[in-house]
Amino acid sequence: MIAIVPSAAYSTLATLVQIVLVVLLGPLLIGFMAKVRARAEGRVGAPINQPLRDLRKLLSKERLHARHASVVLPFAPMVILAATSVAVAISPLVTTHPLLGSSADILVIVYLLLTGSVAAALAGLDAGTAFGGMGASRAMTIGALAEPALLVAVIALSIQSGTSNLPSMISTTLTHPNWVSGPSRLLALVALVIVVIAETGRLPVDNPSTHLELTMIHEAMILEYAGPELALVTLGASMRLGLLFSLIANLFFPWGIATSGSILGLLLGVAALVAKTALVAFGVSLIEIRSAKLRLFRLPELLAGGFVLSVLAVITGLVTR
Amino acid sequence: MALLLLGLGCCVLAAAAASALPRSWRVPASAGLGATGCALAFVAAMRVLVTGGVESFSTTRLLPMFGLTLSIDPLGALFIVATSFVGFAACIYCIGYARGELQSRTAMSLLMVFILTLLAVPVASSIVSLMFCWELMALSSMLLILTDQRHSRAARSAALWYGVMTQLGAASILFGLLLLTVHGGGQTFADIRLHSMALSSAVRSFAFFLALLGFASKAGAVPLHVWLPKAHPEAPSPVSALMSSSMVAMGVYGIIRVGGDLLHGGTVWWWVAVAAFGAVSALYGALHATTSTDIKRLLAYSTIDILGLVLIGVGAAGALYDTGHPGVAQLAMMAALLLVVAHAGFKGALFLGAGSIERSTGTRDLDQLGGLIHRMPFTAALFALSACSIMAVPTLSGFSSEWLLLQGLLHGFTDRSTPTLIMMLVGVVALALTGGLTAVAFVKAFGIGFLGQARSPGAANAVDVAPSMKIAMALLVIPSIVIGVVPGLLLPLINRAATTGLATAAPSPVERGTSLVLTQFRGTIEPAALFAGLVLVLLIVWAVNQRLAQRSARRVDAWSCGRDVQTPRMQYTATSFAEPLQRVFADVLRPQSDVEVTHVAESQYYEQSLMYQNRVSDALELHGYRPVIDAALRIGKSARRIQNGSIHRYLAFGFVALLLILVVLA
Repeated sequence: MIAIVPSAAYSTLATLVQIVLVVLLGPLLIGFMAKVRARAEGRVGAPINQPLRDLRKLLSKERLHARHASVVLPFAPMVILAATSVAVAISPLVTTHPLLGSSADILVIVYLLLTGSVAAALAGLDAGTAFGGMGASRAMTIGALAEPALLVAVIALSIQSGTSNLPSMISTTLTHPNWVSGPSRLLALVALVIVVIAETGRLPVDNPSTHLELTMIHEAMILEYAGPELALVTLGASMRLGLLFSLIANLFFPWGIATSGSILGLLLGVAALVAKTALVAFGVSLIEIRSAKLRLFRLPELLAGGFVLSVLAVITGLVTR
Repeated sequence: MALLLLGLGCCVLAAAAASALPRSWRVPASAGLGATGCALAFVAAMRVLVTGGVESFSTTRLLPMFGLTLSIDPLGALFIVATSFVGFAACIYCIGYARGELQSRTAMSLLMVFILTLLAVPVASSIVSLMFCWELMALSSMLLILTDQRHSRAARSAALWYGVMTQLGAASILFGLLLLTVHGGGQTFADIRLHSMALSSAVRSFAFFLALLGFASKAGAVPLHVWLPKAHPEAPSPVSALMSSSMVAMGVYGIIRVGGDLLHGGTVWWWVAVAAFGAVSALYGALHATTSTDIKRLLAYSTIDILGLVLIGVGAAGALYDTGHPGVAQLAMMAALLLVVAHAGFKGALFLGAGSIERSTGTRDLDQLGGLIHRMPFTAALFALSACSIMAVPTLSGFSSEWLLLQGLLHGFTDRSTPTLIMMLVGVVALALTGGLTAVAFVKAFGIGFLGQARSPGAANAVDVAPSMKIAMALLVIPSIVIGVVPGLLLPLINRAATTGLATAAPSPVERGTSLVLTQFRGTIEPAALFAGLVLVLLIVWAVNQRLAQRSARRVDAWSCGRDVQTPRMQYTATSFAEPLQRVFADVLRPQSDVEVTHVAESQYYEQSLMYQNRVSDALELHGYRPVIDAALRIGKSARRIQNGSIHRYLAFGFVALLLILVVLA
């Protein structure tokens, strides 16, 4: 394969497209999943762009801070958004040549996402309430079990490609299409789906629509947020969902992603990404419809299952290479 | 070398000043001299790292019979750089921190001796010099545990555990090193290096494993770690910082020196053992760190965790070197050494931060803290930054070094022999698992300790600490940022140390420049650009957020389920924060909890009081060491029966023993 390195201007444009796309795509995917659920339950459901409307509404509201909160409370949403945006910017979503794509290592992406989780958990503890602490504790526990599985599952793919750089992993997959159906990939896919469900707080791990205090995880952690800051936190969470869905789509079915430096390719890449993530979202919502929320202490079994699958994926990858 | 000797001389002078000067002058004078000594040693070691030479010094005047042999090479120099930096900060910290017992002659001079020996161990280049410095290091640090609170039971027990473990370790090291001289002749490292290949492989392996046991125990490798979570928390905080960031690193230094340098790499199984120690330690340490509620105990367990990762790197490097992959081996070794340096910075800062907390609140129990960010904002910011670094938040030092380690392990998969493959796999899994657990531990440490509301009067009335303590902490945060944002600047130096440790002359596996670019594999990160990106987005979001805000935020009560009162007791504590994980890993942690219910006299259905106790003690200590200690005590007790103090009986014993010897000899 001849490596075509597009110009810096193209990469910058592609990165901006990616950020804007994920800012819109994340909330829309959540709206889409809610719609699928509503239809399955025989309801009409809210329009797909409802999450975006909610964000706009929140942005115009008053800013409220809890009495004992420190500077962490207003600062955390910015950190969440910054870390997620940088992860989105450098990841190969619509093109394999985003700005700083050479630094888009799996460890960078995983730890940027972890930075977001850490900021959210600290914000949960900041106001000094029971719910914030409860949410932070549960979210960190789930994160501590899910992050390793995420890392190891992607490492299973990187052994095949001989690099942990995401754009290179995707372009080598494009040149070796038979890799996609290999046993190692399939095991890693199942592990990644489990992990992504946990990381994005979907059923059966967390119920995003619950507001019953004792069952909340993510919602309990961000309970003290209101107005524009709540909008930022929610946007960060939905961007994280958009990013993880896109990564699943691109790692296991990379076709459609722009590899050259043409604008047309970029547009095709955007269209392909929207279609692929919609498919992933549809799949995840099917899982959601068919499952009830697991008890908190049953979750480790699910996540450990995911972890074991990802380790198996690595071993299978090593044996079959 | 002259500069380094001058630095060591300064430390000796500092110790002398501490024991001679009156109380009012003592601390500033000796701390100043000690800091000067550290600065000189730092410059000397840096020069060796930059130029790559080896300088030696030897005298028979200071030690009887064999004399003192010192020699500084890039490997030792790297450890001196890390140690002297922390030592410098610890000296400055002492100016504000030293009060009461720590101001005494004994304490201050012992501290200076401790720093001196920490600087001397990596340059000691004969068995006698090494063991002399090693034992002095152990002895001075053991006594330092007792200076601050010698009447507390915990401190005395910690000192005893530490003393016994370190002596057993030292004996093991001494025996191992002596084995190497039996056939080779000389006791200097140069002699051993020259003759070690002539030894039979069984002798070399036996010697290495003996030395490994001793050094691994110093590095806090599980299951030889039991002393560490006792000794590090009980020592005064500057001493804890030195112990945790420098002294444990000496264990790593010893393993690399003996296995890689003196014995030229050995066999794969040596390094499998090292990496196995590492993997077990990393997981065990990380798990215990998440459940500890004593902040210094938490930090001590996290030291076990990080040193475990370092040992994984060293093990991987050794094994890959032996299987003929010097390039990847060097990468793994560089990762391990970078992690040692990074750890020295952030763990030093965290321990100094814990010391500041203890000084201003009077407790180190996280369940009693809270809200300190309002009382001591500067310390809180520095603590948060160091915690982020240890959690491997991108573009801080923990992240750069863990990335390098992952690359070493990942490309170690190119070797196809089963032991190495399993080792790399276990290494990757351990790295992944500890990442998540470390995040829990440090979110807990910062979130419970500094955020929320104060959980005790001590925390509510905390007074900010002296400026020198803040400056010292700030100094130790610098490496986190520098190694994080521009790691490439330091890597040529690390590479020089790694090549000394592995005895190769391979070119650096990482390109020159500010970022991390692998030369043989596709792997790059540009931390400076990532950092710029993060800052840029942060500024944009901040600006947007500012524009959106018409007015400053209104303060309201937190949501309390409709109740009126929200007391600090309703918050999550460190114990409750870690409870889910404690339950998940109950099989490893073996938590002990008791519920005691007292009923009202009239009816069984009403409770008068309820007491809940939850304790996570070290399961290995409880189930591994305790039985042995109890058995030894039992044997000792039964042996007392034959000793009744009567001189006739002892004479009879002597007579019988003499007869037996004669019979055996005949």
